[in-house]
Amino acid sequence: MKGFVLAIVFVAVLFLGNSLLTGGLLPGFSVSPYFLQVVSLAGINIILAVSLNLINGFTGQFSIGHAGFMAIGAYVSAYVTAAFGDRIRGALGMLPPTFQNSALLLIALGIGAACAAVAGFLVGVPSLRLRGDYLAIVTLGFGEIIRVFILNIDAVGGARGFSGIPRLANFAWIYLFAGATILVVSRIVRSSFGRTLVAIREDEIAAEAMGVNTTRSKVISFVVSSAMAGVAGGLFAHYLMYVHTNSFTFIKSFEIIIMIVIGGLGSITGSVLGAVLYIVLTEGLRQFAQYRMVLFSLLLIVIMIVRPQGILGHRELWSFFPRRRRVEPVPPAVAG
Amino acid sequence: MTTFLQQLVNGLSLGSIYALIALGYTMVYGVLRLINFAHGDVYMLGAYAGYYLSRKLKGDEPSLGSALLVMLGAMLTCALIGVVIERFAYRPVRRAARLTLLITAIGVSLFIENTAQLVFGPDPKFFPSLAPRADFHVGGVRLTSEQLTVIAVSFLLMVLLRFFIMKTRTGKAMRAVSFNLDAAKLMGISTDRIIAITFALGSALAAAAGVLIGMQIPKIDPLMGILYGLKAFVAAVLGGIGNVPGAVIGGLLIGTSEVMVVGYLSSTFRDAIAFGILILVLLLRPQGILGRAQKEKV
Repeated sequence: MKGFVLAIVFVAVLFLGNSLLTGGLLPGFSVSPYFLQVVSLAGINIILAVSLNLINGFTGQFSIGHAGFMAIGAYVSAYVTAAFGDRIRGALGMLPPTFQNSALLLIALGIGAACAAVAGFLVGVPSLRLRGDYLAIVTLGFGEIIRVFILNIDAVGGARGFSGIPRLANFAWIYLFAGATILVVSRIVRSSFGRTLVAIREDEIAAEAMGVNTTRSKVISFVVSSAMAGVAGGLFAHYLMYVHTNSFTFIKSFEIIIMIVIGGLGSITGSVLGAVLYIVLTEGLRQFAQYRMVLFSLLLIVIMIVRPQGILGHRELWSFFPRRRRVEPVPPAVAG
Repeated sequence: MTTFLQQLVNGLSLGSIYALIALGYTMVYGVLRLINFAHGDVYMLGAYAGYYLSRKLKGDEPSLGSALLVMLGAMLTCALIGVVIERFAYRPVRRAARLTLLITAIGVSLFIENTAQLVFGPDPKFFPSLAPRADFHVGGVRLTSEQLTVIAVSFLLMVLLRFFIMKTRTGKAMRAVSFNLDAAKLMGISTDRIIAITFALGSALAAAAGVLIGMQIPKIDPLMGILYGLKAFVAAVLGGIGNVPGAVIGGLLIGTSEVMVVGYLSSTFRDAIAFGILILVLLLRPQGILGRAQKEKV
């Protein structure tokens, strides 16, 4: 019940905040569209970083094709709204227009996420059966191949890019899904299934000896992570109203890796921190744009040599603050 | 039939390039169990080293002597680069978790790509022709001198490598290190030196591949190493990673199948074929054609 109330409050704050920031709530107060866009894209990066951390940080399997799954989510959901949007709206005719748009966005994101999950399954099964670094190379290859395929599909614009996507997502939607991603990943990690993932990361052979079906756990973790990347892609498409395969190159995948490596592999608050830090650094260093990636790649190497677990490592942000201890009531001694 | 033979020649010459790069992947994997992501970028640097060296030698007519000089210069430069990468990026994390090593390799690869874009400029450059060229016709099949050079040079390098690994003391030490690093160390082998030599050899072969591709497809750019590196890695996995003859077989197979797919099906799937082969290998025979399945030891 408490969680439900909290969720309602969270959603209300988001949508009120959205109208406040765009100037719809208080006359004369709004933030610049540039700032709003940077903050919104940071939210999408948070979804990507937290979901990638599930497979890279918690399960210890290295995926470097996250942008490929994002591309699937973006293109599929954009195609759903662009091609079937009117029909879906028609079927929902009894609802007021705002809710029609929300429902349309949710349907599109759902289909996009499902397709990304299927792709994740197809990529994950052959490579996750094996130990070692095969997932890295397969996902890298997959990320590039999916771009080539999209470039050759004329229905989604091919090399011209896909334009004419309705703007259904906004600041509030993005942070709603960012919150949901953080919630889902942290619940997964603390569940008994999450324990099996951490066990696989720490020692795969020992985990197997303890009766963990390692392939199954790894594939589930990878599929969930891919689906979330699909959601992020769908939000990206419906926020910018235009997608091009150039947004989903391996560089994008590496950016997400840099975010989670900066923040800490295996720390949810760490990946949020990393995503925000990355955006701040990118926007702050805009006049040195051509040196940016050189700097980030050096940073990656130096972090690996000096502090391979990232800034936060496996810890969460709040573990750094001393917690008030609740005094447990002492049970009355049983008279013997 | 003529078309098929023509495609076969084209495929073999492309495949030799893949094989040369795959050798570096497989040798480094053999000694360090590391997918050296930066290897494709070393190949790119080899092509650029060749480009700048041949610009320096300009004025001379294209001759075999200058071509040889350019090739050796590029190989030496990249051997040095390979040793530097190993010394400053990989050696500090060698004892760390494998994931750390892998992320470091990705960092090195990104660093080389982005620095190259800054230094060389992001636009493609045109590789000057190094050697006098000629075409030969054998029963309707056209053989260009570039193709013959590529096949001959790579074959020669592979034979030399085979000789080095099997017949010299250093080669023997390399085999020992790849068999068991700790045991090799206990036997008095200077493993640091052997690992550095492995990187130097692999990088020199990649540089040779870079110069050869420059002669065949004279357009080089700072990101050319990514796709070639990826396909060469697939070649190494196909042949059995860690296995030297396997890398050659894998490279030739990948090159030939790529050219055949482009020739008979569609050029759209050019880059997808290697990926498809990789998935099939992982599903059917993860240890590769010549590799032996290894039992996991605790």
